[in-house]
Amino acid sequence: MNRILVITPAYNEAESIEDVISAVKKELPGADILVINDGSADATSQLARGLGVMVADLPYNMGIGAAMQAGYRYAAMHGYDIAVQVDADGQHPPDQINNLVAPLMEQKADMVIGSRFLGEVKYYPSFARHLGMKIFAFVVSVMTGRKITDTTSGFRAANKGVIRFFADNYPEDYPEVEAIVLLRKAGFNIIETPVRMEARAGGVSSITPLRSLYYMVKVLLSVFVDMLKKVER
Amino acid sequence: MQIVQVFAIIFSLGILVGVVDLIRRGMLKEQYALLWLASAIVLLVLSMWRGLLDTIALAVGVAYPPALLFLVAFLFLLLIVLHFSVIISSISEKNKKLSQEIAILKTLFEEYKKKGSGN
Repeated sequence: MNRILVITPAYNEAESIEDVISAVKKELPGADILVINDGSADATSQLARGLGVMVADLPYNMGIGAAMQAGYRYAAMHGYDIAVQVDADGQHPPDQINNLVAPLMEQKADMVIGSRFLGEVKYYPSFARHLGMKIFAFVVSVMTGRKITDTTSGFRAANKGVIRFFADNYPEDYPEVEAIVLLRKAGFNIIETPVRMEARAGGVSSITPLRSLYYMVKVLLSVFVDMLKKVER
Repeated sequence: MQIVQVFAIIFSLGILVGVVDLIRRGMLKEQYALLWLASAIVLLVLSMWRGLLDTIALAVGVAYPPALLFLVAFLFLLLIVLHFSVIISSISEKNKKLSQEIAILKTLFEEYKKKGSGN
């Protein structure tokens, strides 16, 4: 039996955290859930604890990359076979998790990314966001030699090898795109699978229009730097 | 001796004495003081040994030799600041790791406490 850890990083997600946890518990009764509370000022941590799941309180707001890495560190320490990233804002429907985990069980890949652009597409981002996502998809696909349609999707599942790799190497700031490039550099096999995502249930997206330009430039720059980095598996 | 030379000597001596004093009082670690010491010594030598300063200035095409002192000081400062950036990066990486480990340890501690009280 594969031991599964669901990692849910949360920063001020009191509105949605309980629904997300309850839904994950219902879908995956055998999995452990670890909420990484990234220095929330609201009741996120207490609400999660109230539902009996594990909560790791980071001592200060460290950003999504460091929060996610803390989850992978925990998973690596405790020898989990599979780690699933599920956002605390309700964007990632837990009934889709099995689609991500199944290819790992069959050892078809080292990491599975849930893509909004595969299968029956019901996701229509704004023109600017769509353009940005297309640019990322193009750059990453060319750089890694693997067609990735949804590079910014944070709905992912990783096997033991990737868990160990991420425990020591996980990008900061906006980590999703970079993580793909680093994994491919280290020789891991990544596949995508179609998933449905919801509009966020609560909270505010960390990517405001004002930040999106910074986001684009920062991610593209980091991806190019990643290609120059020494990556040890 | 020109006034600029006197000023340069006093200035480099000041840095040298200051850095040594900070090390002596344990306020500056030796590994971070090396570049400071090196720059103070080089500046001191160039300020006192006018012949050497003139020769180098001529060689690199600096018309007014004391201006070379500024160039040397500037280059050392660049080096020191770059050194700091590297150190800050390493410290922030270590800080991140420590914070993550502390969060995980706290979680484990709570889990063990829960199990213990359940018995």
